[in-house]
Amino acid sequence: MQFVEFISTHAPILILAIPLICAFLTPLVSRISDKARNIFVTCAIALSLATAVLLALDIYANGARTYVFGATSPGIVLPSGMNLPIRIMYEVDGMSIFMVFISLIVALGASIYSWAATDKYTGKDRYYTLLLLMVVGMLGMELTGDIFNMFVFFEILSISSSALTAYYIEGDSAEGGLKYMLLSAIGGLFVLIAITLLYSQYNVLNMAALASSIQYTTLDIVALGILMTGFVMKCGAVPLHMVTPDAYTVSPANITAMLVTASQACLYALFRVSFTLFGKSIIENMTYGTVGIILIVIGVLSMFVGVTMALPQHDVKRLMAYHAVSQTGYMLLGVGVGLAVMGDSSQMDAFGYKAMEGGIFHIINHAMYKGLLFLTAGAMLYMTGTRDLNKMGGLGHKMPWTAGFFIIGALAISGVPPMNGFASKLLIYESVYQFSPLLSIIAMVVSILTLASFVKVFHSAFMGPQLSDYRNAKEVPKSMIVGMCVLAAVIVVFSLFPDWAVKTIVDPAVDALLNNAGYVHNVVGGA
Amino acid sequence: MDASLTLETGSGFWTPVLLLLGLVVCIVLVLIIRAFGEKSYKRGTEQTKPFLSGNAEGNKDAMHVRAGNIYWGFLEALKGYYTPTVGAHTGDVTDYLIWYIGVMAVVLGILLVGVLL
Repeated sequence: MQFVEFISTHAPILILAIPLICAFLTPLVSRISDKARNIFVTCAIALSLATAVLLALDIYANGARTYVFGATSPGIVLPSGMNLPIRIMYEVDGMSIFMVFISLIVALGASIYSWAATDKYTGKDRYYTLLLLMVVGMLGMELTGDIFNMFVFFEILSISSSALTAYYIEGDSAEGGLKYMLLSAIGGLFVLIAITLLYSQYNVLNMAALASSIQYTTLDIVALGILMTGFVMKCGAVPLHMVTPDAYTVSPANITAMLVTASQACLYALFRVSFTLFGKSIIENMTYGTVGIILIVIGVLSMFVGVTMALPQHDVKRLMAYHAVSQTGYMLLGVGVGLAVMGDSSQMDAFGYKAMEGGIFHIINHAMYKGLLFLTAGAMLYMTGTRDLNKMGGLGHKMPWTAGFFIIGALAISGVPPMNGFASKLLIYESVYQFSPLLSIIAMVVSILTLASFVKVFHSAFMGPQLSDYRNAKEVPKSMIVGMCVLAAVIVVFSLFPDWAVKTIVDPAVDALLNNAGYVHNVVGGA
Repeated sequence: MDASLTLETGSGFWTPVLLLLGLVVCIVLVLIIRAFGEKSYKRGTEQTKPFLSGNAEGNKDAMHVRAGNIYWGFLEALKGYYTPTVGAHTGDVTDYLIWYIGVMAVVLGILLVGVLL
């Protein structure tokens, strides 16, 4: 019992420390055997996920948890009389733990999938080390309550993601990795500039302390704009999406699934900055929902440009990458509408809250079905040796499991009932309609085009007669099927019980974003 | 937190389990109707070969409609949209950076004007 209490007390750091320590132990474990290393990495992620579940139970029962490094309370009183939350601390609320679940579930599926998917390649010690560091980067961004610490994890995530994107080396992988690294570095640099602007004025880096101090000066507005643009670029929204298809196309499929959650970690950062860091200032100082309107415009552009660019693609992963851009638009639209009406309680009650529910629910749905779709694309590539849909056909005869998982993912992303994608999109359609009917209609049209696009993929890859080139094709190895199964299982559960998912994990996340004062009070109130 | 099988969407409700039950009933009905069907069907015989009005079946590889042919008409009809949009995706990192700086300038402009108004 004491052990469970200890784990629960230190869960915020253990969630991150487990994969971090295991990342550097991975090359050592590799000396035993490849199998031992594979199991070790997967167990590390599973253990981190179990710790996250333990922490989530506590957060849902007792509210947000603040974990201070090297002290028991956030505040520190110096001999000079200075009393500020200057220590690094993690503040884990409903939104943070929601994102942690997403990152770890997809990482779990992706790591199991990797066992067989990477068997033809060398350098797997480094591959698995980087995979765990990528998990660390995402978790750090999602757990931390310190904006500079968030930047550090943003960089860890960018560097590990870039290296893994270029893992295949051959073909255009290195180019994709380089582009991703360059754009991430530039984005990171601007994020750092914005943090500097805030620090130079308020002398704190803690987000709660910053949120309570921000005066909304011109420099603050510049910082907000720079932070927003940096995170919008990293989450792959139009018109800063162009590196997304370049990187997603060439990376190993399981890494692409994790790149989706990496982009969502940046989406989380965007929402945290908009709602928590600047939320109070936005309500008090901005004209009617300007920041929300910016997110809505970017969201609608992402939805439309993403899906229309997906339609003509014949590279299966590039096609799916454009759909990732398109689906990010739904999240921005839903949450953007919530942000736009945040200052008006009647509109927030009427439709703003539901729009945010839809947007946030769509984040986890998208992570699961897009992750699954990328894994099925990896299975196609594994068996056929090509990503070109023009060269594929008849794979359904030989790869029934992959075809089945593809159908689950495709129906979910297209918002076909009774899949989870339909539930979150329905929330968005109905609530956004009350904000602007036109936006809702665009969202529905985009959904129809998404279905059309995945019908094309299913027809060209899985249907039709068995082609002579793939006469000897067979189903992918078991570990790849299990990896896909993990994500498919979550999709099925969320499809059957959307109300349970919304009330258990989505509503606490929405409440956490809207409760700006509570987030600040947890740190500053106790300082 | 009273989770149920029905999701409230703000303006309506969504109960996926009901839809699934309906689907199950439909499938059972289809199977019952199928059971009354022709039972002399045999796999791998002449019965199951494609019949193309007496013409010989072509090469299987050549008969599959490839991805590049699907939605050809749609894409052709929207050429006016696709030509500039596809053209904007140059693959050149320099262009990506120009977009980045441009969007940042626009966002900053909107935010600053928003406050001034």
